[in-house]
Amino acid sequence: MENKKTFRREPLTDTQLLMIIAICIFVAMYLGAMLFLGGGFLRAQQVFDMLNDNAPLIIVSCGLTIVMIGGGIDISVGAVTSLVVMSCALFLNNGGNIYLSMLLALGIGLAFGLVQGYLISYLEIQPFIVTLAGMFFARGMTTILSVNPQKVNTEGTENLVELLTSKDPAQKISFIQFLRDMNFKTLLEGKIKIDWLGYTAPNGNRIPVRMEWGVVIALLCVIVIFLLLQYHKLGRGFYAIGGNQTSALMLGINVKRTRFLSYVICGLLSGIAGYVFLMHTGAGNATNAAGMEMNAIAASIIGGTLLSGGVGNVAGTLVGVLTLTTIKKIVVTSGLKDPWWQSITTGGMLCFFIILQSIVLSVRAKLRAKQKKG
Amino acid sequence: MAEHCLLEMRNINKLFPGVKALSNVDFTLREGEIHALMGENGAGKSTLIKVLTGVYQDDGGEIRVDGQKIAIRSPQDAQNNGISTVYQEITLCPNLSVAENMFIGRDKNALVHKKQREKRANELLNELGIPARGSQMLGNCSLAVQQMVAIARAVDLNCKVLILDEPTSSLDDKEVNVLFGLMRDLKARGVGIIFVTHFLEQVYEVCDRITVLRNGELVGEYLTEELPQVQLVAKMIGKDLDELSSFGEVEEKHFSDEDIFYDAKKLSSSAALPFNFTIHKGEVNGFTGLLGSGRSESVRAIFGADKVNGGNVTINGKKVKITKPIDAMKNGIGYLAEDRKRDGIIADLSVRENIILALQVMKGFFRPISRSEAESFADEYIKVLNIKTASRETPIGSLSGGNQQKVILARWLLTHPDYLILDEPTRGIDVGTKLEIQKLVLKLAEDGVAVTFISSEIEEMLRTCSRLIVMRDRHIVGELTGSDLNQAQVMKTIAGGEADEG
Repeated sequence: MENKKTFRREPLTDTQLLMIIAICIFVAMYLGAMLFLGGGFLRAQQVFDMLNDNAPLIIVSCGLTIVMIGGGIDISVGAVTSLVVMSCALFLNNGGNIYLSMLLALGIGLAFGLVQGYLISYLEIQPFIVTLAGMFFARGMTTILSVNPQKVNTEGTENLVELLTSKDPAQKISFIQFLRDMNFKTLLEGKIKIDWLGYTAPNGNRIPVRMEWGVVIALLCVIVIFLLLQYHKLGRGFYAIGGNQTSALMLGINVKRTRFLSYVICGLLSGIAGYVFLMHTGAGNATNAAGMEMNAIAASIIGGTLLSGGVGNVAGTLVGVLTLTTIKKIVVTSGLKDPWWQSITTGGMLCFFIILQSIVLSVRAKLRAKQKKG
Repeated sequence: MAEHCLLEMRNINKLFPGVKALSNVDFTLREGEIHALMGENGAGKSTLIKVLTGVYQDDGGEIRVDGQKIAIRSPQDAQNNGISTVYQEITLCPNLSVAENMFIGRDKNALVHKKQREKRANELLNELGIPARGSQMLGNCSLAVQQMVAIARAVDLNCKVLILDEPTSSLDDKEVNVLFGLMRDLKARGVGIIFVTHFLEQVYEVCDRITVLRNGELVGEYLTEELPQVQLVAKMIGKDLDELSSFGEVEEKHFSDEDIFYDAKKLSSSAALPFNFTIHKGEVNGFTGLLGSGRSESVRAIFGADKVNGGNVTINGKKVKITKPIDAMKNGIGYLAEDRKRDGIIADLSVRENIILALQVMKGFFRPISRSEAESFADEYIKVLNIKTASRETPIGSLSGGNQQKVILARWLLTHPDYLILDEPTRGIDVGTKLEIQKLVLKLAEDGVAVTFISSEIEEMLRTCSRLIVMRDRHIVGELTGSDLNQAQVMKTIAGGEADEG
């Protein structure tokens, strides 16, 4: 009998339920698109294009999800991403080392995270205000660095990775050489080709699915953050402070430090996102990543993260980004090419999700109250 | 054999600016006993607890645990010394699992082993007989279980001293019994429990000893069986029964049924249990009882300040529905809230704006009261109530407590209510103003206004009310009128027990 008790399955948590809803809606939407729109949606490349285009958004959203689980908000992420893109582009064009440019990206993100986190957690200033200031600051800095678009000059070989993994001894390069020859062109144009997912063109050529390196980084970020949130002391701390700050304090959690770290991680991820962005576009532009913070918030919410904190999951956020992108793709494919249609549908979708969430949660709360009484 | 003292607090002092919150208080907790800490509001109970848990620093005195002198500087220090606290409001995270709530914040490893945690949690929950599973979300558990999870956490921290601060105030009878079972179980293991509560019956059910505080001073430590309830109440309130003489009596008034202004049958709200209540035109009645007995909750239900769940209300013989304050106001009911700072004044607005607020709400915001009208109202009441303010445009926050209270009174008088509820109108204000307010209450009654008056000071109630409704543990336990209106009788009724039948 005791065994039964221990092995009884628990009802889904709010986090899980909201994520499952998001996944169901995403799958339904994608299947619908495949059925009615066909075309690109029938090819695997469509999914990978979505990932290729949105790797930075995925990374930024992960950071934002952490902050939102902790009950905060960070609206500077898009601007920080943009600043990183511009800084790194300029740095590389002025002969900067490729590895140093990566460190620069991380450094800028980290700096924003540290300063904003300090102001919010230790000086207890409203996160919205602090990150709003951070947003203006980063946008301003980006424009000061350059008003004109900065295309990164690329030279060298792009297929270094293929050479590294090559089976032909004549072509194969050593790992040391790989590191020495690493250049931006490899990052920008080197793609991972997945043959079996590709399709055969009418002329008989096999066209493999192409995935950018940024997607690998983004997926790695999702996995790392997922593990952090689920199995690390710090990650559980984010949930605790988002659930009830006073309680978290009483339970012996260092609330200030935990909150501080949530912003630091978010800043760091913005830095990574900026670099991935540059790897995707190969140019810095003052209007880069405009509105990305709002898309990230939307993605987190669609993925089941609550603005009120304590509930959320990065796996859901990934689904959220894909859902958001699918909507936009569907709108474009349906022939509504003007950009405002995307905004309108995104807005409608977000509204729909928020209402759905609040209905689901309130119904659950009522059921729970009944159960408690009964 | 001398009993082993787990905790000794000697000569504890605590000063706050201008107030001596604790003066030379002693407290002793023995191994395996449940010790009630009793006292009215402001007696120093919570200050003592906070000194013990490291929330406040003491200003002199010493604390010994197991004979060892210790210094407690933070809640963490207290926990390390084996002192754990379970607060009234649950300080756990509802969005985490039961097991996580028990172990979070004290892991040594960075990584969290979920399964292992849940196993350990289940073992402990089974051992203590707590009906919860480690993998359950805490938010899905009943309040009582949540409270017990908090206790389980404390037990797992190897606590020697467990402080339960008002643990039963949000539990129903069944849940309270389960909690008591757990307390007795812990007692048998040698844990010393400090039980802070305002429910007298619960004290007599589980506690071995009682320590009573009053005005920051130790009244005494007693064995529960040696201290009858009436005595306990007398010690808490600070009058010995023998000393009590009947105070100046209010002349008895007789009201006929035709004069009934307000009548409620089985009125209940989210905070108050169902009760019946009637008040006549020109009558002053009072609700009395110890803190937490439900007196404020009841009048809040009358005004619709909490969520009203049920009941039939008639006003002047007509059936009405009062579910929110505006309904009550439209029916001529005014309510002066207990917590002036939180529910009463709007500190940054001027005296004038604070005075016209209720009237404006009643008229609706689309029919603004003109400036000159408002000014004349304000001037009138500043004069009538003798409000000491630099001008009618002074922000109310800069007035003294008594004058703030008068402004709030003016706010309600301006609406010309037929029934005015005053919840602790005299708390924290000077004696002169207290008398003025009492006189005003009596004058209002002469003019035919029904008044409900609540005060912690029984003498004050006896001076103003012609009928006293006594509450205990959220139930009305008696109504006193006429010759029964004396302090001894009130106390007996509050304490219940033998006096109830006699």
